[in-house]
Amino acid sequence: MLSPTCHACGVTAEETEFHAGGEAHLKRFGPGSSDAEFESYLFTRQNPKGVHFERWRHANGCGKWFHVARCTMTLEVFASYSAQTYAPPADVLDAIKARRPDWEMED
Amino acid sequence: MSTRLATGGRLLNKSKPVGFTFNGKQMRGYAGDTLASALLANDQMLVGRSFKYHRPRGIVAAGPEEPNALVNLGSDATFEPNARATTTPLFDGLEAASQNHWPSLEFDVGAINKHLSRFLPAGFYYKMFMYPRAFWKHVYEPVIRQSAGLGKAPKDRDQDTYEHFYGFCDVLIVGGGVAGLQAAMSAAKSGARVIVMEQTAHWGGRAPVDGGTVDGTPVDKFVDEMVASLSDMDNVTLRLNTMGAGVYDHGYALGYERLTDDQAEAAGPRHRLWRVRAAHIITATGAIERPLSFAGNDIPGVMLAASLRDYLVNYGVSAGDRTVVVTNNDNAYLTAIALKHAGLDVPLIVDARVLPQDSALMEQAKALGIRVLMGHAIASVKGGKRVTGVEVCAQAGEGAVLEEITCDAVAMSGGWSPVVHLWSHCGGKLRWDTTHACFSPDVDNPPLGADGAGFVTPAGAAAGVFALDDVLNDAHAAADGVMTTLGFKLPKGLTAPSAERREDAPMAPVWMMPQGAAIKLREKTWLDYQNDVKVSDVRLAAQEGFVSVEHAKRYTTLGMATDQGKLSNINGLATLAGALDRDIPSVGTTTFRPPYHPISLAAIAGDSKNHTFQPIRRTPMHDWHDANGAEWEPVGAWRRPYAFKQGDESTHDAVMREVTNTRNNMGLLDASTLGKIIVKGPDAGRFLDMMYTNMMSNLKVGKCRYGLMCSENGFLIDDGVVARIDEDTWLCHTTTGGAESIHGHMEEWLQTEWWDWKVYVANVTEQYAQVAVVGPNARKCLEKLGGMDVSKDALGFMEWADGTLGGFKVRIYRISFSGELSFEIAIDASQGQAFWDALMVAGNDLGVMPYGTECLHILRAEKGFIMIGDETDGTVIPQDLGLHWALSKKKDDYLGKRAQERSHMTDPARWKLVGLETVDGSTLPDGAYAVAEGENANGQRNTQGRVTSSYHSPTLGKGIAMGLVLNGPDRMGEVLTFPGVDGKEFEARICDAVFYDKEGEKQNV
Amino acid sequence: MSDPVTAMKNATFTNGIAEVREIGPLGMITLRGDLNASYMRKAATNVAGVDYPEVRTCTCAGERGIAWMSPDELLLMCPYDEVSAALEKIDGAFAKQHALAANVSDARAVFQVSGPHAREVVAKLAPVDLDPQTFTPGMFRRSRLAQVPAAFWMRDEVTFQIICFRSVGQYVFDLLSQAAQPGSEVGVFGI
Repeated sequence: MLSPTCHACGVTAEETEFHAGGEAHLKRFGPGSSDAEFESYLFTRQNPKGVHFERWRHANGCGKWFHVARCTMTLEVFASYSAQTYAPPADVLDAIKARRPDWEMED
Repeated sequence: MSTRLATGGRLLNKSKPVGFTFNGKQMRGYAGDTLASALLANDQMLVGRSFKYHRPRGIVAAGPEEPNALVNLGSDATFEPNARATTTPLFDGLEAASQNHWPSLEFDVGAINKHLSRFLPAGFYYKMFMYPRAFWKHVYEPVIRQSAGLGKAPKDRDQDTYEHFYGFCDVLIVGGGVAGLQAAMSAAKSGARVIVMEQTAHWGGRAPVDGGTVDGTPVDKFVDEMVASLSDMDNVTLRLNTMGAGVYDHGYALGYERLTDDQAEAAGPRHRLWRVRAAHIITATGAIERPLSFAGNDIPGVMLAASLRDYLVNYGVSAGDRTVVVTNNDNAYLTAIALKHAGLDVPLIVDARVLPQDSALMEQAKALGIRVLMGHAIASVKGGKRVTGVEVCAQAGEGAVLEEITCDAVAMSGGWSPVVHLWSHCGGKLRWDTTHACFSPDVDNPPLGADGAGFVTPAGAAAGVFALDDVLNDAHAAADGVMTTLGFKLPKGLTAPSAERREDAPMAPVWMMPQGAAIKLREKTWLDYQNDVKVSDVRLAAQEGFVSVEHAKRYTTLGMATDQGKLSNINGLATLAGALDRDIPSVGTTTFRPPYHPISLAAIAGDSKNHTFQPIRRTPMHDWHDANGAEWEPVGAWRRPYAFKQGDESTHDAVMREVTNTRNNMGLLDASTLGKIIVKGPDAGRFLDMMYTNMMSNLKVGKCRYGLMCSENGFLIDDGVVARIDEDTWLCHTTTGGAESIHGHMEEWLQTEWWDWKVYVANVTEQYAQVAVVGPNARKCLEKLGGMDVSKDALGFMEWADGTLGGFKVRIYRISFSGELSFEIAIDASQGQAFWDALMVAGNDLGVMPYGTECLHILRAEKGFIMIGDETDGTVIPQDLGLHWALSKKKDDYLGKRAQERSHMTDPARWKLVGLETVDGSTLPDGAYAVAEGENANGQRNTQGRVTSSYHSPTLGKGIAMGLVLNGPDRMGEVLTFPGVDGKEFEARICDAVFYDKEGEKQNV
Repeated sequence: MSDPVTAMKNATFTNGIAEVREIGPLGMITLRGDLNASYMRKAATNVAGVDYPEVRTCTCAGERGIAWMSPDELLLMCPYDEVSAALEKIDGAFAKQHALAANVSDARAVFQVSGPHAREVVAKLAPVDLDPQTFTPGMFRRSRLAQVPAAFWMRDEVTFQIICFRSVGQYVFDLLSQAAQPGSEVGVFGI
């Protein structure tokens, strides 16, 4: 059972306080988008063995969403960061690179 | 025979005799005994039967690794099956009964299987019971079920309570032997928070039995002193009777504390599950002695050498008068020496090794006059329900008997395996230690924590370090390393105490005794005592191609018994490796999974039991409903009245009465469970336009509007009435089940997509009790209460107003889910019951009656109103339900809009909502499918629609239903066939879904 | 209006290792807005009459208090019969601001758990480190009690105040009573 840290309120707690919300940084496609764009927004998800960016909500806590950069293999957590971002910020990328020098961000 | 000795028994309180029964027989023991030691003290060597051959089984071990001594404990509300006698503390009045035998332990019919054992090899069940296929269900399974199985399932409700406890520490130390205590001492001196868990009722582990001195003090005194100083430290928590059960991700561990197992009448919980989050975990879990593989090693009276020693030293119990010791290492000599010191006879030590010179222990044994045969083995043990002797042979060779020795116990030692379970639970890797012939933790590949670093460190015997002095040093070093990593500092110059050293001769791996044992011996050589797996079975599995250890395990059931292979695994792996001509590490181990030793399910459940099994949500009027005939229906976690039964009437009659009364007079519905969410801010209108399919931004202050919500997938997720409170504020009603999820849904979009929009939401669901006052007399009732104008002109349909009614501060919504004149009245929850009472009084001569959810369903179905969860099931879009009027054409976007443009969503063949009325007036079965011509690719009848809601309408005197039907709206008047579950068929005509008051005049008065 | 009725009608459990009682009715107002803005500080402290709370803390005096709920939410506490006046005051102060105030006095049940074993009782239900060195009076924690969300703080070394939803008041009272059952002392936290 993981022990995430909420970026919004700063509490580190057991996983039962949180709700996992899937892949982070999805770009929403609404009316006017192509079928391919919409399909990829709605259904296509990365499933990496390694570094992953995820959405979490501190559901039994402050109620806020935040993002976590995590290794799906070792469950190592690189960073928690704001949900109000379109892409992982530089310090998060640095934290990942420090632990996974060969890792590159996918498009 | 096994018996209690006049002296010895360091753990006993001989001033407290204890009475207990085994299979109804009265027996006596002492406080401090385990059930196993007390049984041995009463010469109860035979304690059970094995699983497959029903072979007689005796006690083999003294701890959680015991494979045989499983008993049914207690009776009725305290009954518990499969209790391990070696871990069960004795108490006065304990009732134990043996398992897996019929009709009795002494005479067991199933034991005939042992004579058939040549015909019941590994995989027998898989091969035999495959054909003919029908036989499995009707012949094989019933017979096998009758003869198989260990304990009985409890029949009565468990009377005890259980609880969890959330513990936090810097270092969790599992195991309270010398390694654990030393690690705790070193760690605690740095100031860190330390928890130490010991599974038994005693500190010190094996050391007090095996002896030695630390800094000149006898080791048992050293342990006492350590425990005393640790107890005095505020940063240390010491728990006895608490087993470290499992290690999980990110430093999470479970501890299983047994509090009142040995105190029948004690107050408080029986077990406590410790849910610990530790920065680091030290596993000081010790090691388990291995049996040796020789023919007849399963006969009662053959025991692990160290366990036999434990019974002698700890409980003053001798397993037999004449004990033959058989070993491949020095440690077993301690047993021989201890027996001799206790005045018991040790006719022979059979040692498989050939050594250049005697070690200290060997010399000591010989000096006591014990005969030692090096390079020898046991060819076979003699006896049935009890050892009567052993045949001795050379270890090299096939087992030609050289001599026969009479004895009544055999102490065997095949070496020691570190308890690596907790190290391995979360991914710690193992390495093969050739010196000690065992798997031990590969400290370079530990389980990884949240920071990517190892979070488990083994210490002492659990790390493959066995000599007392080495153990102390290793434990100190482990603590030192861990504390440094965690940023703590040990006091300068702190070192481990030093123990007197003893030079032991190296052990020699022995996997088969004698080394070239022929098939006849191998067939009587047990690896897994409980599941009856023999050396011959594992060899057969290898021969039949089960070369993976995981496959061989499942094929032979080796290690699958309740002890999970604690004794059998390594011997089994070695046997498999031998049969495959590979080395042991390349065969590998099976996976270690928590819990280390079975823990009670009730401890896992904790407080989730009886009335706190799950939270039940109650409205402010809950108690009134309960006292007034409510039949409860769970709706989410809420309990809502399904109907209010009067006198002897049936539930159906109550529902019919409620419908008729509400249509003719007036009904009250407790609608408090509906979700109420305030949405406020300059961008609130814009936000709600995205949330709902219809337009909410142009709703006028003071007005209400029914709205639909879809997921981004386009499917309906909720509906409800939205009221505009002021320029910036809306109040959204959700379904009962939707309050929390829709509030979460709104927060999610606001926080993660439109975080620059100025909107705040607040879930105020439980602030208000809400009562629907429904029916032709509703207005009269409110007028009787008085205080505000509720006339049509002052408060029109789909309007709301604040005011007072009968002195209560209320907000009234003129909305209707029934088609009747209806007022939904919100009032502070703390006034809910008083207000309800006032309505009941005011409505007394107006025919007021409360009504429940089933009546609500019928009222809405008569009007053709959809219900989320009936007409929708997560695959239905508003267009399917003919709700086009609620889909704004003015808006560029709303959640679900793009999805509803996908080809599958615009497919004209999607089933559409219609009304259904049976031709004969009967009621359609809910969920029934309308059949069509032909069959689909799977040979099933084609379908063309299904019933989504179906009720008997007392208003119309017939069955009414709604359903989704292929091209339904274009097929009015057509009759469809709906097969029921009992072979009956229903004919129903497609019709308009609005059955009652099609013009909507009644609600608009 | 009649006398306000709380979820548990002020039920108590007194024969265990800690005392459990439902208190109230209490005035509670949810505030959402910019917690760093002066309009928020002023409105909250004016009404509650206590210091403005730091992150994850609660300031309180008697029935009055302010709890930090999230980066944009406070819970303001006051005597029950002052809520209407308080809301009016706050609405006035919020008039030109983007902020929200809602009365949640009746939407909650409030419990006190007190006595030397109070920490143990709560630590049986909430996955929170309640060691006296770690969790001190004034700290405010939103978490869960067994299966429901709850928030709590310590008024002093031996008294927890716990807030949960009204509808699960009975469940939480039953949980706390069982966790405080006689003979269930854990013996940690230096007791």
